[in-house]
Amino acid sequence: MASPYKKRRAPVGLALVAALVALPLVPILLWTFAGEWRFPDLLPKEWSLRGIQHLTAPGSRVAEAVFTSLGIAVAVTVAAVAVGLPAGMALGTYRFRLKGLVIFLILLPILVPPLASTMGIHLTFIRLGLADTAFGVFLVHLVPTVPYAAIILTSVFADRTGELEEAARTLGASPLRAFVYVTLPEVAPGIAVAALFSFLVSWSQYILTLLIGGGSVVTLPMLLFSAASGSDPVITSSLAVVFALPAVVVLLIALRYLKPSGDQGLPGLGKVS
Amino acid sequence: MSARLELEGVSHRYSRDEWALSELSLAVEPGELVAFLGPSGCGKTTALKILSGLLTPTGGDVRVDGRSVLGVPPERREAAMVFQKPLLFPHMSVEANVGFGLKMRGVPRGESGGKVETALRRVRMDGYADRKPGELSGGQQQRVALARALVTEPGLLLLDEPLSSLDANLREGMRELVKEVQESGGYTTVFVTHDQEEAVVLADRIALLFDGRLRMYDRPQAFYERPASREVAEFFGTANFLPGRARNGTVETRLGDLRLSTPTPPGEVTLTIRPEAVRFEEGENSFAARITSTTYLGTQVTCGLDAAGVQLKASLPPHTQLREGDRVTARLPAESLWALEDGPEGQPG
Repeated sequence: MASPYKKRRAPVGLALVAALVALPLVPILLWTFAGEWRFPDLLPKEWSLRGIQHLTAPGSRVAEAVFTSLGIAVAVTVAAVAVGLPAGMALGTYRFRLKGLVIFLILLPILVPPLASTMGIHLTFIRLGLADTAFGVFLVHLVPTVPYAAIILTSVFADRTGELEEAARTLGASPLRAFVYVTLPEVAPGIAVAALFSFLVSWSQYILTLLIGGGSVVTLPMLLFSAASGSDPVITSSLAVVFALPAVVVLLIALRYLKPSGDQGLPGLGKVS
Repeated sequence: MSARLELEGVSHRYSRDEWALSELSLAVEPGELVAFLGPSGCGKTTALKILSGLLTPTGGDVRVDGRSVLGVPPERREAAMVFQKPLLFPHMSVEANVGFGLKMRGVPRGESGGKVETALRRVRMDGYADRKPGELSGGQQQRVALARALVTEPGLLLLDEPLSSLDANLREGMRELVKEVQESGGYTTVFVTHDQEEAVVLADRIALLFDGRLRMYDRPQAFYERPASREVAEFFGTANFLPGRARNGTVETRLGDLRLSTPTPPGEVTLTIRPEAVRFEEGENSFAARITSTTYLGTQVTCGLDAAGVQLKASLPPHTQLREGDRVTARLPAESLWALEDGPEGQPG
């Protein structure tokens, strides 16, 4: 056990880390509600709701962008998990020749800078008529998300022995029913982690959306980047708050519901073989 | 309900020269409890997996009530299995775990509730229906696992060392429970174990396996009284071995001509006798010996004997007056001597 001295120090360290993460967010919140805030002042001189009003103003297209972002991110999440689940199951469960090579190829899209591969994808998409469409953006978002989902789920299945499924089989469950009734509930937290990763990666995607969407697919990061290169910190900050919201919500959900049954921390971040 | 089980030349190998099981042939009568006994790696668990359908043997046939079940997947074999570990489904309550087999068979909820309750009562786990497996002790989990297997009234009950993960004090209780449940239900049961005591206590018949081969299949007593080979005799505790030559109904040994109550074909043989069967008295098959060592074991005293250069082991009552160096007359009763078929071997170990 830790000594009492250490015990007292731990919260101080945690508080420091928390402050380091949280403090940069404070000016963003302040800017969101700032009216007039000039250089030497520690706090804004005047407060206003201009930033919030901008978010809901019809001309700002914020609502539309949020809707597009959400739609793409949800679709990407579903698709990444749908592809990553069987891949992770096969890689985590079975031994086969050239498994290392298969894992390498699956990870390749996140090892190679996405910008490089997207150039080629862009040319192909233009030919296929997928450039400048939301569907094209959805497809290109799978490039960075599928590897994450597959590798998280691989480690989830690598921790499983298959014994519970064997028990289910001897009790009268077909392979499919053993999967539905036994495997799926057991790996659900892992699937949730893979889904959260995929969602957040897609939600915060800028470069890929810009290249493939070509400006016609307007997601929230597009608005945020163009606002950031402008000169109105109030607008930028209010957009940033909206942008950060899903991450905060998702984190809270994860902390509340993803209690793994074992003591190995969050599932999917264990061993990968 | 209970099935007759036949194995015919069942063989399995995991790779070209790694035989897990070689030409296993035996029959288990309906309602019989047979123990597959052997050291770890002898192929007994492989055999059980083949019976459950989780593993398809590379050769031979498995028949239940005369019909081959090799093509039948585990879920349709009506063979319930209890594993070494409880393997309860962690996300389900005890009740849902026990009811799983019924649910898979499409038994309606109302009907299955009563069966689950009965099964839990049989293993004395009623009152725990709403618990999660994680809240139970290892012994309780294993009892629930037994209830889960029994609830479907399987034709064949397969037990893969279900006691080995339990503490010694729990093991005996569980052993009695298994026996009680098996007898009351009349299930044809195959029980895998490496513990010969467990096999002797539980089984109607024991199948002894070494290196994937069946060495002996008989009632427990036979393993003590009429072992098939020296290896078998040694697996079942201490035994004396005495080389000799059989002729005219007696066996010529260094201890003189010994008479056996069972006829022995002429030729080289190895006689075997349990230390407990050695008597200290005059009479048939008696000879002079000297006590070379004594070891007090509480319920008995084991002693070493030297007779004409032959070393034997015998057991004495705990309050014996005999001491090391005493000269005694020992006798090997004809009915306790058994001639091994595998010919002569060296001095007893």
